[in-house]
Amino acid sequence: MFSINNLLNNKSPYSLLNLPLFRYFLNSLIYSILFLLGVIVSFPFLWMFTASFKTLEEATTPSLWIFSSHWQWENWIRVFQFAPFGKYFFNSFLVAGIVTIIVCVNSILAGYVFARLKFFGKPILFAIIMATMMVPFESVLIPNFILISKLGWYNTYLGLIIPWCANAFSILLIRQAFMILPDDYYESAQIDGCGHISFLLYLAVPFVKPALITVALFTFLNSYNSLLWPLIITADEAKRVVQVGLTVFSGDAGVRVNLLMTASTIVALPTIVIYLIAQKYFFQESIRIGLKG
Amino acid sequence: MLFSTRENKKHYDLFSALVMLFPSFLVLIPFFILPLFYAFQLSLWGGKRNIGDFVGLKNYHIAFQNPLFWQSLKVTIYYAMMTVPATLILGFCIAYLLSKISRGKIFFRILFFVPYVTSTVAVAMVWRIFYNPQSGLFNFLLDSLGFPIQKWLLEPRGVLHILTGGMIPPQYGPSLALACISLFDVWHTFGFAVVVFLAGISTIPKEYYESARIDGARSLQILFHIEMPLLTPTWLFLITVQLIRSLQSFSSFYALSPSGGRTMGTTENLMLHIYSQFYEYGYWGYGSAVAIFLSVFIMTLTFIQWQWSRRYVFYQ
Repeated sequence: MFSINNLLNNKSPYSLLNLPLFRYFLNSLIYSILFLLGVIVSFPFLWMFTASFKTLEEATTPSLWIFSSHWQWENWIRVFQFAPFGKYFFNSFLVAGIVTIIVCVNSILAGYVFARLKFFGKPILFAIIMATMMVPFESVLIPNFILISKLGWYNTYLGLIIPWCANAFSILLIRQAFMILPDDYYESAQIDGCGHISFLLYLAVPFVKPALITVALFTFLNSYNSLLWPLIITADEAKRVVQVGLTVFSGDAGVRVNLLMTASTIVALPTIVIYLIAQKYFFQESIRIGLKG
Repeated sequence: MLFSTRENKKHYDLFSALVMLFPSFLVLIPFFILPLFYAFQLSLWGGKRNIGDFVGLKNYHIAFQNPLFWQSLKVTIYYAMMTVPATLILGFCIAYLLSKISRGKIFFRILFFVPYVTSTVAVAMVWRIFYNPQSGLFNFLLDSLGFPIQKWLLEPRGVLHILTGGMIPPQYGPSLALACISLFDVWHTFGFAVVVFLAGISTIPKEYYESARIDGARSLQILFHIEMPLLTPTWLFLITVQLIRSLQSFSSFYALSPSGGRTMGTTENLMLHIYSQFYEYGYWGYGSAVAIFLSVFIMTLTFIQWQWSRRYVFYQ
């Protein structure tokens, strides 16, 4: 009667699981684990942020106490004097912004075509696009570098932007979202004389808003966070993006830990803010994709 | 509406479809599809920072004779073996715990995903400072707890050698420096696994839980007999994605490697090998050969995995 089996069995009257105290204990255990992990996840961010206000001496003294005793606000100004981060940011936002806009437009058009239109050769074209998802990035790196150089786009914005202006994953995501748009919408719009473009603008795009925001979020993050391609395709400060700028700065700044942390904070901040704004739609979308399997 | 026959309709759609697909194909064909063939072609030619003479399979031959190539292949595999299981198991456990609580679920989900969206380079800078042998936090903690301090990212000796106190020779297994990069990567990406697992768990019908409870199933039984089988497609998806990602990993290696050092080659994976051979030394043909090798390696692994998974993955 008094066995482990009974203690843990829901139906047994002796079950520990029925005791409020045990449930309370179990719950606090779960929350402690989550809380501990939350601290581990957020600690490097907090440290980075507060170290950006520290003096060099304080930043290089190891301690679990993250707060600064002499807040050095001027670090945030000095870092822009050490390296042209203003220019880097301009480049990064320009490139990531344009890539995002073009990817969204391309994915809406292509996703709509594959979800709604019927035409000869559709399965083949769709298969070609999906096959590009399998192409490992490293295998096209060198040919793309040579192609960009031949086109005269080495160290230009075009070289940074054009290769990333379409991707299969975004097209697939938008297509899946269009698939659940009821057929009636489309038919009644056609009867009313609505063309493809006006149908897209007024009916379809608002309908796929979560998918579109997810695509925009990830395209922007990927473009803004990418390192390898900008590293090989840009040559000087004029076209350098923040990720490359930060690695170069980490070499130059070397021991100036506090300034390095200021720079890292400034680089990390935009993506975190954009993510926090867009996360609601992204999580909605993640559930919907999950439902489809 | 006079000419709106079936034939006309089809033709009209084909035309507008091609117009709307044109911009996507304009990018995908020259930058994703053709380069695949071009890369293979390049790998058969010699030359430095240029396309030189036709050399056949010599570049592959050089690669297979090059100890640096084998070293970086080993590093790539060790890295995948450390990061993929750790990320997925941690991600699954956390997602499971999150699915069991009612309050704070959304908060934790948002929080755990933050590292994943943040620039690898920016957070790697923080970790580099934490790993610093003189002023880093890790040595501070080890020292405070009375353990011997370590060289972390500068340590080429094996992590197993250090953990066993020298029983295993230092050249076996991944180096401590590589383990440090792996730990960083697990911290950086486990949030992705959490979100995907949570999405998977949320699709399990509530009735399954209810009927299992009525039959007297315990939480652990529900986990192993209901949740796990229903989540096998999610596992397969995550294993595939994370494996490919870890084999192609570049940013964390580049940002965490001590400048120039690469810790005696123990933190140079195939991507860094390709990068340095192609970009720093200018061996286009050799770089392409290694890239083709890595791509074939990844595709073969993915293929084997999908074949093998047929036996284990359960689709509803």
